[in-house]
Amino acid sequence: MQTFEFTRPSDVTSAATAAASAKTAQQGAEIRFIAGGTTLIDLMKLNVEQPHMLIDLNRLPLGDVETLPEGGLKIGAMVRNSDLAHHPAVLRYYPVLSQALLSGASAQLRNKATTSGNLLQRTRCMYFRDTTMPCNKREPGSGCGAINGANRMMAILGTSEHCIATNPSDMNVALTALEATIHIQNAQDTRSVPINEFYLLPGHTPQRETVLEPGDLITHVTLPAPAAGAKSLYLKLRDRASYEFALASAAVIVTVENNRINYARVALGGVGTKPWRSQEAEQALAGVTPSEDRFRAAAEAALQGARPQSQNGFKIELTKRCLTHALKLATQTA
Amino acid sequence: MPTAQSETAENQALSVIGRPIPRVDGPLKVSGTATYTSDHNFPGMLYAVPVPSTIAKGTIAALDTSAAEKMPGVRAVFHRENIGRFFRVPPNDDFSIVIDENRPPFEDDTIRYYGQYVALTVADTLEQAQAAADAVKVTYDEETPDVRTKLTQEQEPKVGSQRGDATAAFNTAPIKVDQTYVTPAETHNPIELHATVAVWDGTRFTLYETTQSIKNHQLAVSAMLGVPPENVRIVSRFLGSGFGGKLWPWTHDVLTAAAARALNRPVKLVVDRKMMFQTVGHRPLTQQRIRLGATTNGKLVSTQHDSLNHSSILDDYDEGCAEATPHLYRCPNLRVTSGVVHLNVGTPTSMRGPGAVPGLFALESAMDELAVKLNIDPVELRLRNDTEIDEALNLPFTSRHLKECLTVGAEKFDWHQRTPAVGSMKKDGLIVGWGMAAATWIANRLDCEATIELKADGSVRVACGTQDIGTGTYTMLAQMVGEALGIDPDKIQVVLGDSALPTGPLSGGSMATASLVPAVLEAAKKASEKVQFAATAAGPFSGQSVANLIFSNGRIHRKDQSPSDGVPYEQVLQAAKVSSVSGSGSSKGDFTDALGITKPKLSSHSFGTQFVEVTWQPEIARLRVSRTLTVIDGGRIINPRTGRNQIEGAVVMGVGMALFEHTIYDDQHHGAPINSNLADYVVSTHADAPAMDVVFLDYPDTHLNAFGARGIGEIGLAGVAPAIASAVYHATGVRVRELPIRIEDLLG
Ligand SMILES: Cc1cc2nc3c(=O)[nH]c(=O)nc-3n(C[C@H](O)[C@H](O)[C@H](O)COP(=O)(O)OP(=O)(O)OC[C@H]3O[C@@H](n4cnc5c(N)ncnc54)[C@H](O)[C@@H]3O)c2cc1C
Ligand code: SF4
Repeated sequence: MQTFEFTRPSDVTSAATAAASAKTAQQGAEIRFIAGGTTLIDLMKLNVEQPHMLIDLNRLPLGDVETLPEGGLKIGAMVRNSDLAHHPAVLRYYPVLSQALLSGASAQLRNKATTSGNLLQRTRCMYFRDTTMPCNKREPGSGCGAINGANRMMAILGTSEHCIATNPSDMNVALTALEATIHIQNAQDTRSVPINEFYLLPGHTPQRETVLEPGDLITHVTLPAPAAGAKSLYLKLRDRASYEFALASAAVIVTVENNRINYARVALGGVGTKPWRSQEAEQALAGVTPSEDRFRAAAEAALQGARPQSQNGFKIELTKRCLTHALKLATQTA
Repeated sequence: MPTAQSETAENQALSVIGRPIPRVDGPLKVSGTATYTSDHNFPGMLYAVPVPSTIAKGTIAALDTSAAEKMPGVRAVFHRENIGRFFRVPPNDDFSIVIDENRPPFEDDTIRYYGQYVALTVADTLEQAQAAADAVKVTYDEETPDVRTKLTQEQEPKVGSQRGDATAAFNTAPIKVDQTYVTPAETHNPIELHATVAVWDGTRFTLYETTQSIKNHQLAVSAMLGVPPENVRIVSRFLGSGFGGKLWPWTHDVLTAAAARALNRPVKLVVDRKMMFQTVGHRPLTQQRIRLGATTNGKLVSTQHDSLNHSSILDDYDEGCAEATPHLYRCPNLRVTSGVVHLNVGTPTSMRGPGAVPGLFALESAMDELAVKLNIDPVELRLRNDTEIDEALNLPFTSRHLKECLTVGAEKFDWHQRTPAVGSMKKDGLIVGWGMAAATWIANRLDCEATIELKADGSVRVACGTQDIGTGTYTMLAQMVGEALGIDPDKIQVVLGDSALPTGPLSGGSMATASLVPAVLEAAKKASEKVQFAATAAGPFSGQSVANLIFSNGRIHRKDQSPSDGVPYEQVLQAAKVSSVSGSGSSKGDFTDALGITKPKLSSHSFGTQFVEVTWQPEIARLRVSRTLTVIDGGRIINPRTGRNQIEGAVVMGVGMALFEHTIYDDQHHGAPINSNLADYVVSTHADAPAMDVVFLDYPDTHLNAFGARGIGEIGLAGVAPAIASAVYHATGVRVRELPIRIEDLLG
C-alpha cells in the first residue's frame, strides 16, 4: 500500500472541488473518494489502486432516504446497504432492491457499504486484483489474463477481446431493472444519468468503466415511482449458499393484467460486463400470457448475444434457468 | 432437548471420562485472551515479509534490493547471499525428524514453484517491511512450468499392498467397475495464518510457532539452523487450527530465526493468505483408478486401486490414497499402487485424513457404482463385504464395528425409506437424493511423556510437550487426569505447547488423545504413590506401612477405609510440610506399525459411516446438502461435546471438499495458484452446513490404551465426499468422479 493524504470535507462542493484536479476518475485515479471503503481499501492493499489522496465522504449530508412528492425514492449516496435494504419504502415498493442488497456480501460488509460505493464497486476478476498478472483494465495494453486463464466467473455478455470482467454488484442489477437515475455533482454543476448509460462497455478501453470525470461526486440515486401492481424479485445463483458473488442473477419487475404481462423490466447480474438490462427479454414478455414457455423464450432472447469463454459456457444455460425461474416466481405471486 | 439442569444432573452421574464438559480454554478464547502465535510481541521487535517468486519454474537472473534497502524503517533485506547457511534435515526413514519441503529457503537460485521465497525484508513496522518487499526487483529466466492436472505415470508404481491375483480375478469377475476418480489440489485454510515470532538471546532461540508438533519443530528447525536442539525452544500455546498444514516446518520458520539472529532483535513473520496457497503445503491433486470385480451377489473378488498424486519437483510426497483400501472390505485378490508426479507446485503435505480421505472418495464412489450396477442397496453391499480380519495384515482388528455403524446409521437415517430410482424422492417440492459411504482411519499412538504435580494448595498441574490445535487437548488432559486421580477437572491446570516440557506427541493422525493416556496414567500413579509415601511421614497415617494406604478420589486412606474417611491429598502434603510431589510417565507409541517400520500384533483402526441427504432443484441447478448422519466407531469418547464438535467440523469441511474447494494452478500465467484468497477459493459457510447428527458407538478399544480412547479428528471427514457424490447421483443421475461437484456438472 502507498502512503496517501486523507481529508474529510463536510460539504459536497469542497469534496468535489478537492477531487477536480485528478487526471482521471477511472482506473489509476490519484484522488479517490472513500465511502464504506470495502472495495477501495482492499484494492489499495493489493496495490491495484494507489491514490495519493483520499477524500472521506462520511461527513457529508448524503445519508438519507426520502420519498419524492411524485412518488419515487431519493437515496443518498452514503446510505448504508443494510439501512437501504431494511427501509420500509424499499421493502414495500422495491422489494427487488432489498432482496438484491441482502443477497450480497455479508451483514458486516453491508453495514459499511454505501449506495455510491456499491455502484462503483470493482470487478472481482482475479487477474485485475493481482498486479503481477496482465490486465487491460488495470494496465491498458498488458493483455487480458482472464481470457485464456481462469474465466469461470467471467462475463458472457458485453465482453470484448480486451476485457471480459463481470460487474459483480447485486444492487446494480436491481437498480438497472428499476431504471434508477444517478445524480452527480462536480465543482461547477450537477447532472443526472440514467443507470443504463452510466456504465460503459469495455470495448478497447476497459479501464474506463463509467461516465464519471474527475471531481464528479455521486450525491444520490433516484428511483421512479413503482409501476402500479408491480411484483418484483431478485434471484441469485451461486456455488455456495451465501457470501459469494453471483454466477448468474436476475432482477425482474412485472405487472400482469387480465392474464397478460403489460409491464416487464429485466436485468441480469453475474454475466455482464455491466449490470445487464435485457430489453430483448422485456420485448419477448410484452403482452404475453405468463407461462413457463414464454419465460424460457424471454430467457433465450436475453442470452442471444452471449459469448462464452472456455470455462463459463454453462452460465448461458444457468442464466436462462435463473431468469425463467425468477419470472415464474414473480408472476406466481402476482 | 435436555435442559441445562437435567444435563448437569446427567453429567454428575458419569465419570469424568465421557462427560461433555465445556472446553477448559473456552473462556480464554471467547474473551480474546488466549495468546496465539502472532499475538506475541516483544520490545524492539521487527517485522519480516518474504518476497515470493512470481514464476514457478526458472532461475533468478538478478535480484535488486537497493531501492528496498533505502526505504524508511528497513533494517535488512536478506537473500541467498547474506542470510547465512541453512542445512537440510538428515534423511531418515524412522519418523524421527519429519519435514515435507526438504530444501531450505534460498538454497540456490532455481525456482521450482510459484511463490518460492527469494528474499526477506525486515523493517520496524509491518507496513514498511511490506512496502520494501514490494520494492525488491527480481528478474527471472523463466521456463514453462508444468502444473498440469492430468497426471501421467513417471516411474514404475510402488506396490502398497497385494494379495491373491487381482488382475486375473478382475478379468473373470462377472461384474466389474473400472473408473478413474480425481480429487483436486486443496489448500488448508485455517483462519489462523502461519506465523513465527523468533527471539534470539545470543545463544538460544525461542520460537513462537504455529505448529502441530513442537517437538518435531524443535528437532527440524535446529537441524536446519545447525544448532543443538537444546538451543531451540518452541512455544505454541494455542493454535487457530492447522488441519495438517502446520505439522511440519516450512521455509519461513528458519528465515525468521536467521533474521532474528542476524539483527539481534525479535522478529515476527506472518505468512499472508495468498502465501498460504503457495508455500505451506496443500493436499495434492490425486488421480485414482479403481477396479472392482464382484460376483453377481455382490461379493468382492478383486480390488485394484492405482493412484497418482502430484508432488513438488524436489520432494516425493506420496499421498497414500490406498491407505484404507486393503482392510476395509473382505476381498481375496487385491493390489494397490501409488506413484508420484513431480510438478512445479509447492510441496504437498498432510491435510486432514491424508490418503484415506481422497482414497475413500474413490473407493467408496466405486462401491456406490457397484451397488447401482448390481441393483443392491449400498448399505447391504457393504454388509456383504464386511470382514472379521484385516486381510492385508492377516491379523484380527483391535475393535471393529463397521457392521454396527452401517445398521445403526441406516436405522437412524430411515434408510429403508429410500427408493433407489434416480430422482424418485421428493420433499417440499425439491428432489431429494440419499447417499452413504463407509469411513475408516488409523488408530495409533505416538511416544509420550507427561508429568503430574500434586500440590499442597490442592491444585494439580499436568505438563506435556504436546499442543492443543483447537481440538480440545487441554480439556482431554484435564479429564484424563481427573479420572486417574478422582479429582475434579476444574482443579487441574494443564500446561502444554512448550518444547521445554516432557516430550509429547504431535497433533496429527488423530493420535494425540490416545497417546496421552498411558503416560498420564503412569504419571498419575507415580504421583499418587508419592503422596502415599508422604502420608507415612506425618499426619493421621504417620508410621503406617505404605502398602496399607491407597490413593483414590483425591484422598489417602487405609485399604480398609472408604475414600470419604480418608484425608485429602493436599492435607497430607501440608502435614508432611511438602510443597508438591510429582510423577512422570512415559509410553512407547505404535505408529511405526502403521508406517510399516515395525510389525503390528493387531490391526488398529477406527470405522464409521456417513449418510447424506441432498436437495436438488433442477430448474435453478441448485444443489444443497440438507442433512447428514455420521456414526463413529472411534473407541471410547472422552468428551462427547468436543468429540461431536470434531465430527461436525469435519462434515462441514467435507461439504466444502465435495462441492467447492479447488486450488487452481494457472498454466497460462506462470503456474500461479490463482484463486489464492478466501473469496475465490470457496469453502463452506455456515449457510452450507447441513443439519448434522452424530452417533458414537463408544466401544472402548482397550488394546490402544486403558481408557479405550482413540482419536477422532479425521474420521469424520473420511466418508463425506463419497456420500455426497452418491446422494448427488441418486438425486440427479449424474455420476461425478472429479471433485468438486459443480453446477456445470449437473446442468445436463
Ligand atoms: C468479501 C466481500 C464480499 C462481497 N460480496 C458481494 C456480493 O456478494 N454482492 C455484491 O453486490 N457486492 C459484494 N461485495 C462488494 C460490496 O458490496 C462493495 O464493496 C461495497 O458495496 C462498496 O461500497 P463502499 O461504500 O464500501 O465503497 P468504497 O470502497 O468506499 O468505494 C468504492 C469506489 O466508489 C468510489 N465512490 C464511493 N462513493 C462515491 C461517490 N459518492 N462519488 C464518487 N465515487 C464514489 C470510491 O472512490 C471507490 O472507488 C463484497 C465485498 C467484499 C469485500
Ligand atoms: S477480464 Fe478485464 S479485468 Fe480481467 S484480466 Fe481481462 S482485462 Fe483485466
